[in-house]
Amino acid sequence: MDWKQLWEIISAADNVPIVALIPLLAFYLFLAWRQAKANDLLVAQLAGDPALAKTHHRKAWPFQPGWQKEVHVWPFLLRMEFLAAIIVTIILMVWSITLNAPLEEPANPNLTMNPAKAPWYFLGLQEMLVYFDPWIAGVVMPTLIIIGLMVIPYIDTNPLGCGYYTWKQRKFAIGTFLFGFVILWVSMIIIGTFIRGPGWQWFWPGQTWDHNRLIYEVNRDLPDIFGITSNLWKGIFGAVVVGGYYLATGLLAHALFRRYNAKNYQRMSLLQYSLMMFFLLTMFGLPIKILLRHTLHIKYVWITPWFNV
Amino acid sequence: MPEEKTPNGKNGKNGKSLGLMDRLRSGVKEDITSLKTDLPAKAKEQIETLKKPTKTQVYTSIFRHKHDDTPRNRALGVLSNVFLHLHPAKINRDAVRYCYTWGMGGITFYLFIVLTFTGVLLMFYYHPSKVQAFRDVLYLEHDVPFGKLLRNMHRWAAHLMVIAVELHMLRVFLTGSYKKPREFNWNVGVILLVLTLLLSFTGYLLPDDQLGFWAVTVGTNMARATPLLGHEGPFGAQFGMTPYNDVRFGLLGGSIVDANALLRSYIWHCIGIPIIASIFMIVHFWRVRKDGGISGPAAVILESEVKEAQK
Repeated sequence: MDWKQLWEIISAADNVPIVALIPLLAFYLFLAWRQAKANDLLVAQLAGDPALAKTHHRKAWPFQPGWQKEVHVWPFLLRMEFLAAIIVTIILMVWSITLNAPLEEPANPNLTMNPAKAPWYFLGLQEMLVYFDPWIAGVVMPTLIIIGLMVIPYIDTNPLGCGYYTWKQRKFAIGTFLFGFVILWVSMIIIGTFIRGPGWQWFWPGQTWDHNRLIYEVNRDLPDIFGITSNLWKGIFGAVVVGGYYLATGLLAHALFRRYNAKNYQRMSLLQYSLMMFFLLTMFGLPIKILLRHTLHIKYVWITPWFNV
Repeated sequence: MPEEKTPNGKNGKNGKSLGLMDRLRSGVKEDITSLKTDLPAKAKEQIETLKKPTKTQVYTSIFRHKHDDTPRNRALGVLSNVFLHLHPAKINRDAVRYCYTWGMGGITFYLFIVLTFTGVLLMFYYHPSKVQAFRDVLYLEHDVPFGKLLRNMHRWAAHLMVIAVELHMLRVFLTGSYKKPREFNWNVGVILLVLTLLLSFTGYLLPDDQLGFWAVTVGTNMARATPLLGHEGPFGAQFGMTPYNDVRFGLLGGSIVDANALLRSYIWHCIGIPIIASIFMIVHFWRVRKDGGISGPAAVILESEVKEAQK
């Protein structure tokens, strides 16, 4: 266990935000989960008691008759905002006094940094470079993430859970988003920051960064495993496999969604449903390719003269 | 010398006109007596008004309403203030609870203000040129009073802003706040998220050190692989792309990360993106109000109460 190496990574000034992000994310997820649980309990209670549902104020927080439903922004909200601004300022001040912003040697195109890392919030994408070609990891994926985020409000037809925390009323939406945000985005950033060392190789926390370590990757392409040699057949084979993935998992997802999310399925139009399926399957394609790499050492699935997937 | 006056007391044509010196003398005398009597009176009056500063014209021209604690004044305190008028006068009593909003949207905006402030101060000491940039940062760190603090604060506020934006998005998702009628504002928010990341990324190169240089090299190398528009991307070559005319060239102002790239990221970082982001922020905040204010905490809805649209 190389504690010095571990400390060097954790205490590197630019890594501090990620070290901070982990407990912050845990704290806020806990806060959300607690409120979701309280609201779900209330929903169950009201659903079982229609008489109560008619009179209840419908929030997990207490409310007495005679209390005002609205409060003045001045001072009740403004004091919160003022307090928040002061607290953030204090945090920033202390942070800026105790920790210096990093400054390396002057830029030198002839001396490559190893590892050369992007800013931490892009490390998830840089980690994807291990598994995908740059045009997918660097261009297509960010574009799909942005478009995927943007279509969310238009494909989520579930009218429940607007304006309050809940889990039971929106299991699919919340589960999918947390998978995308926490598992794919944040944990890939964590891997990119804390695990990846020189040569973008995998170093467990506490393992010494060995700049001379060589790993002989024995990655193969999927068509090679099947003994396909001609370019034409490689292209066709890859297209069939990728198309087959979308078809097979699409069918599986369809079967599950139709059964366990019947109401939302009925509400969705064809366009909404196909958009959701496309983004869902593409998102799940990511960990599948990662698994393929780590278990079967597969580099490309689909090979063409112009692009490889 | 006795004064000779015309019958009506004026120097009319009918009377003997007074000499210039006489008129001057009597005028000055009058002025002096008026100074003696009027000034103390006016001073007394002035002191009386100073005892009630809220009645002065200056004060009432700035503050349009009284400040004693009445519901009306509480509302006016928000509505008649340009910085606060984006708020409604009253809000949902539970919306002030920290555990609902986490305050992340507001904190993001506050950090943007902090970054603008520290950023403008940093601009006084920085030249976006290959010769000067790195030295300017050294100068800032070692010679400018509080320069180190300034740079640290700008950097950490930027990181904090990225975290705050992501947590804000998480909160909005978990509370379902993007649902009808707020779909459009969610989209504006996604664009603001992207702009925040771009702001942070363009700032990364500016110290012109190894860290920024290689981070930006890694980042912009991906642009080479843009389908159709990058010279190494799928169908890029077929589309006529070379290192000297593709999208990466456009981003860097050259085929390598050099002086032009430094200038471009400086201008995007300090002028271009902040203006674009400000415009989107205006829309974002405006739409929060127009879409019915903050989404909650709303009353829970039961599954049985959902009215299905008629098909």
